Parts: sequence; structure tokens; C-alpha cells
Amino acid sequence: MIRLFLAFALAVAALPARAIDIQEITSPGGVDAWLVQEESIPFVAIEIVFDGGATLDLPGKRGATNLMMALLEEGSGDLDARGFQEAREALAASYGFNAYDDSVSVSAVFLSENRDEAVALLRDALINPRFDDDAIERVRAQVQSILRSDAQDPNSIAGAAFDAAAFGDHPYGSSIDGTAETVAALTQADLFDAHRNALVKGRVHVGAAGDISAEELGVLIDDLIGVLPEDGPEIPPRVEFGLDGGTTIVEFETPQSVALFGHAGIERDADDFFAAFLLNEILGGNGLESRLMREVREERGLTYGIYTYLVPKDLSEVYLGQVASANGTIAEAIEVVRDEWALMASEGVSAQELAQAKTYLTGAYPLRFDGNAEIAGILVGMQAVGLPTEYIENRNDLVNAVTLEDVNRVASELLDPDGLHFVVVGQPVGLEATN
Amino acid sequence: MRLFAAALALLATTATAEEVTTYQLDNGMDVVVIEDHRAPVVVHMLWYRAGSADEPVGSSGVAHYLEHLLFKATENVESGEFQRVVAENGGSDNAFTSYDYTGYFQRVAADRLPLMMQYEADRINNLVLTEDDIVTERGVILEERNQRTENSPGALAREQMRAAQFLNHRYGVPIIGWKHEMETLDMEDALSFYDIYYSPNNAILVVAGDVEPEDVLALAEQYYGPLPAEPNLPERFRTQEPPQTAERRLVFEDARVAQPYVSRTYLAPERDAGAQEEAAALTYLADLLGGSPFTSALGIALQFETNTAVYAGAFYDGLNLDDGTFGLTVVPAEGVSLQEAEDAMDAAVAKFLDDGIDPARMEALRTQLKAGEIFARDNVGGLARRYGAALTSGLTVEDVQAWPDILQAVTEEDVLAAAARVLDRKQSVTGWVIPSREVLQ
Repeated sequence: MIRLFLAFALAVAALPARAIDIQEITSPGGVDAWLVQEESIPFVAIEIVFDGGATLDLPGKRGATNLMMALLEEGSGDLDARGFQEAREALAASYGFNAYDDSVSVSAVFLSENRDEAVALLRDALINPRFDDDAIERVRAQVQSILRSDAQDPNSIAGAAFDAAAFGDHPYGSSIDGTAETVAALTQADLFDAHRNALVKGRVHVGAAGDISAEELGVLIDDLIGVLPEDGPEIPPRVEFGLDGGTTIVEFETPQSVALFGHAGIERDADDFFAAFLLNEILGGNGLESRLMREVREERGLTYGIYTYLVPKDLSEVYLGQVASANGTIAEAIEVVRDEWALMASEGVSAQELAQAKTYLTGAYPLRFDGNAEIAGILVGMQAVGLPTEYIENRNDLVNAVTLEDVNRVASELLDPDGLHFVVVGQPVGLEATN
Repeated sequence: MRLFAAALALLATTATAEEVTTYQLDNGMDVVVIEDHRAPVVVHMLWYRAGSADEPVGSSGVAHYLEHLLFKATENVESGEFQRVVAENGGSDNAFTSYDYTGYFQRVAADRLPLMMQYEADRINNLVLTEDDIVTERGVILEERNQRTENSPGALAREQMRAAQFLNHRYGVPIIGWKHEMETLDMEDALSFYDIYYSPNNAILVVAGDVEPEDVLALAEQYYGPLPAEPNLPERFRTQEPPQTAERRLVFEDARVAQPYVSRTYLAPERDAGAQEEAAALTYLADLLGGSPFTSALGIALQFETNTAVYAGAFYDGLNLDDGTFGLTVVPAEGVSLQEAEDAMDAAVAKFLDDGIDPARMEALRTQLKAGEIFARDNVGGLARRYGAALTSGLTVEDVQAWPDILQAVTEEDVLAAAARVLDRKQSVTGWVIPSREVLQ
């Protein structure tokens, strides 16, 4: 093979990062927030995250936090659902309200020219939601429709089976959407409870980017969330990953089997997290470059995509992966995954693989900061896991400081080929279930 | 080389303010440069005026298959090397295929632009495929079809509806290809498509980010300029639709359908160069009929005034080379039959046309579209896609830049007139998507 471009290919990136100048502010009311002020386009993006999320669903009320968040855009203060949305559209503002396992989030983007009105409308949604009966019934029916669809979707079936087996009765063991039964039983009072419990000032993180000053942001934050309660109910205890190695098959009539696999993971604040992060990048991370992508897709044509993820949740850690292949070939794909898992656990990675992963990850990092909403989201994410603002400058040094010995020690400690559990949904041929 | 147009900011009365410069190289390659100096990053995209609707009969899926194969070896580069180099330089890359175009892009530090051009220019002419590549990558695209289509009853239903919608046009054939034709795709299919269509006079280079137009032009001349134009590039022609004179209806049954729904598409005109007004009116019509569930005609009638639907929406995208579709979808509430849902949908549309349009709704949409232009400036990659998709769909840079103003000028009368022309059942397909015929009893 002619290597005409070799000299160029080895020119390693030293990407000059966009100057991300984070201002750490505290609002007059005492709420901490991070801001990147960038005035070239006349709008601002704000991301507000409250820790706790759907883990705060009360016993028997699974799905309450999710339904509550979906209802925040369905009427508040003097406005019913349609009135609220007409007012929002007239301002060309956009608001997003989302529930996750460990948090709920509020995302807002609005123009500088009508910022005060857009904030006042959002304030009502956060502080004075109505939870009107007709809105509850309308959104409840939407959630029930989603639950019916999930019950027939191979990826959702695999996720539900995996979570239930891994986490049992802990909130992580079931969908934040709830079940048909729990969602049907939720009342208006349950939604007010969920609102009271999830939107708690003492658990908030705020990030903003765009056309706003630190002083203006402080006033805005107090205006938005200043009257929310300081404390909420206790967050549930940690839960250990409870699934042993093996294979679970969920029969489902469809041409392509979907496999979700994993075992216990690693904490986000563990000393070895960056070593594990690099390890994962090499095993099943970005693009066509990972070992699993090379072996399962590029060499054998068995799948369109295979990926692995470190999932450090607040209360547990998982190392997850997914692959889909025709019913006749999924067994072979799974065998390759097990072999690669074992190979990497015993042999580790090469110095060249590690160097490539480092250059990719360090070069890609600055490219993440490519828009006001993206920056606001990153600012909140950093605060939520307790990182300092200097992390943005130091992060690539942390990646580069990982040694080959670190990665290969973590490979042998973290990767557990025998502990790997596959949940396969479909009609796999030649695959034995272990239970 | 000719210098075509200068900055857009001069002509715009709306919020658009991106700095755009265009050129054409002597070999016919179009070059579009969009400046955004906020971050030292660049998006480098090469678009070909060749998509699935340009494929030869019997080779459906070859445009997309070739897109995959372009990541294999060339005379100068190892298989996978370009992707690896992008990754080693901290960039991201990918490719995409649609009915009217195939595109490749990388997002990297701005000073890596020459490297990207060197590799991208190399694979325009120098691809070297092996039989192994052909077999393995065919397996990959078949698994991609499994993942996107065969495992999704909704995707299978849409395929059937499009096939029924287009009587004579290639838009009726799926981009990824029919499975039985994908299984037969071979080296010759891929290379014959490649040899004709992957040519500088069939390509558009879009470079967006922290760059100076004259620098990009010099680099484009250096890397893409030496490539010879393809003398045999055919005029772009697809078989056109005859008059559609019979309404089509279908029932799609699949046990995996959890939530039955009714969907209807109408044949609809697209944005034409110098004539985008009808498409602009249809853009409003889709929003007014079924944009927001809270404020659109279908949403209010089916989700608020009655409890007929859990979801109701309307869809239109005018960015095609030839006529596309205008669509309506209703997912009935529990206990509501598909016939009742369809009747309610038709009644709501009829009432909308009878009642006329509330000027306040039009004004709200104008405001949102204007604001959308401000938000769009925050995403230079999105702006790059906007130009690439338009220029491969028969539009010009001037059309792209005129579009926001054309949208602002749409009146209530324009929308109703466009609705009267397009919402013609003879040109429509109505699909019921159900788990089994038992739900119809």
C-alpha cells in the first residue's frame, strides 16, 4: 500500500480551544450559576438542572415525575395549555422540560429583545403550574401510547429487561415513564407532590450562555426559581449492579435481533475514570475506529453499528454496550464481543491505540463547545458532577496523563468477560439462554 | 475561475447575516464559503448532485452503498485511513445519502482544512475496491436496512405509502434500497455510479467556519482544481409523474404495530429556483394545520376540542429536486377507530379551509421563522447543510438567501390557494397502519 499521505497523517492536532471564559456567579438570592457571556448573536440559552429526578417518585407513583415535567408546558398561572403556548410562540421562545433517572432539566432559549417576557412566562411554568384535569388526561394518554409502543419495540424491550434484572425494585430497575397501571392511577395531588419534590432550590445547577451579563443573569435566576423550596425528600440509597454473567433471550418476532450487554461500571469520580474512559474509547467508542466496530462491522459485516458506554449514574455504575444483527448472525456477533472483551481484559491495549485515542479525545473536546445551548448544557453537566471551572483547561491534561499501565490495569480490573450479561430481543438462531 | 457573489448581509432585510461567498472552479466544481469566526473550527463538506433518485433501474440502494464504500482504500490511502486521520486530528466525520444528494463532511480545527481537502479530493477518482469490501460492506448495509426499516413497522409502512404515491418517479423507491436489489449490488454497480457522478462538475464544496474566502478558494484550486471534469455527465433527468387521477388507499398490517394510526400524503410541489412562493405557502400550511399540537387546526380539533387523538401533525419539506409530499398523520385516542380518526382529520382540514386563517396565527409563525434565522446563526454546520442541500436540489445561492424574505411575504390568501391546489384526494395516498385486521372489526 502506498503511504503517500503519511507525513500529513502523523501531524497531530493541537487545537486552539475557543476561549471559554466562565464567570462563576451567585445570584442576590444565593443561587450559584455559571455563565459564558457571548454577545455576537442576540439570544441566550439557559439550562437548569435539579438533582433527584425520577428516583424521587414516591412508592406506587412511578411515572409521576415524568408526567409532571411533561405538564409544565400545559398551563400555568392565568393561562391554560393553549394560552401558554400561544404566548410562548408569540415570543418565539423555546422551553424544554425533561425528566431523567437522576435529574429533571429545564432548557430555555429566548431572544434578547423579549427576554423579560420570556422569563416571566417560564417562571409561571416552573412556579405556578396548574396541572388542569384536561391537560393531565391528554398527556396521560400520550404517555400510555408511548408505553404501548415501547412494549413492542425491540430496543425498549431489551432496555426494560436489562434494567429490571440489574436493579430490581430500585427506581433504576423500571422505566421513568411508569407502567400502564401506575400512570393510570396518578392524580393531580400526585403531580403537585412530584413538583414539590423535584424542583428544589438546594439541588439546582444553572448554566447560561449568550447575550446576557452576570448581573442580569443573577436577577433572572432569582426571578425564575427564587421561591422554590430549599430542600426536598431524601434521594434513595445506592444500588449495586445485580446481574450475573449470562444470556437472556426475549422472544420477539422481528428479523433483526437487538442485544444490550453490560456489567458493573466505574464511578465518575474514581481515580481510574479517565483510564476507563480511554479504554472504552478503544474498545467500543467513537466511529469505525474501535476494536468492536472493526471486528464486528468492518471485518465481518455483521452489524451497522456496535457501541459501548460507561454509564456512571448518581447511585450506581454500569458499563453498557449494544449491537443489532440479523437473527441468523446475532450469535456470531455476540461471540465476537465476548472474545474481544476477554482479549482486552487479558492483553490490554497497545501504545499506538492509546496514543490514537488520546489525540482523538483531546482534539474533539474543544469542538463540543459549538453553540450557546451546547455550552449551557456543558456548564450544568460539570456542576452536576462537582467539577471546577478550571476543568475545561485541565481536562486534556488529565486525559494525556493516563499511562499505558493505567489503562491495562483498569482493563484487567474493569472488564469482566464472564460477568458480561446479554439481553437479546428477537428470534436469535443458535444462541443459548443461560436462565 | 469566476467570482460570483459577495456577502449576503447587504441584501437581507430579515435576520440572516451569515457571510457567504461563492465561486466556481474551472472544472465546474461549485464552492460556497460561510464565515463564522467565533471559534477556530471548520466544517468541510463535499456534496454530489447524485442521490438514490439518480440510480439506474434495478440497482436501488447503490448511491448509499457507494457512500459506505468511499471509506475504503484508494490508490493512495489505506482502507479507513481518512477516518482515522480525522480522528487523530480530533475531528468528527460522516456521510449521508438522500434522494437528491450524497454528502461527506468533516468537522476539524480550522488549520486542518488542507488535510481534509487532500483526502476528500483523492477519493473523488482514486477508489480501489476489493471483492472483500463488496461482500462485507453489503452485509453492513443490509444490517442497516434491518435496523432502520425491517425492524420498524412504521418505516415499512412509509415505504409502501411512498411506493404508492409516486407512479413514475424514483422518489417511490427507498433511499437505502429494496432489500432484494440491495442483495445483488456488486462491484460494477458501485463503480459505474462512481465513475459518472463523482466528478468535480457534479460536486459542491461547502466550507463553513473560521476561514477567509480567498484562502479557501486557493486551497480548493490546489486540491480540487486539477481534477478533470466528467465530459459524459448526463443532464439530470428523472422520469416525471403523470397526472395522478385516482386516490390510493392501503392497509398495512404488522403484528409489531402497538399504536394504530392513519397517515395521508399528497403530491406537493417543491422549492423551484426563482419560484419558491408555493413552497413557502405550503410551509405555513403545514404549521397552521399540524405544527404545534396546542395552536394548529388539527391539534386543537382532535386533541383539545375533542378527545379524538393522542397525536396529530402535518409535514412538508420543500427541499427536493422534484415534486415531493405534503403529509398528515393522526394517532387515535383509545377507543377511537381509524375511520373516526380519518373522518375527524378531514373535517378539521375542511373547517380550516372554510373558516379562513386567523391573522394572529400568521403573525406568530412569521415571528418564529424570523427568530429561527437568529438561532440558526449559532450553528454554522446547519448553515452549511442548508446550502449544500439546496444547491443539490436545483436551487441557487440566491434562492437560499431569498427564502427567509419569501417566507415573510406569505399571506393568508397564498396559504389557502396553495391548500386548494395541493389537498386533492386524487393525488393522495391514505394508509392505515394496524397490528391486524381484527382492529377493523
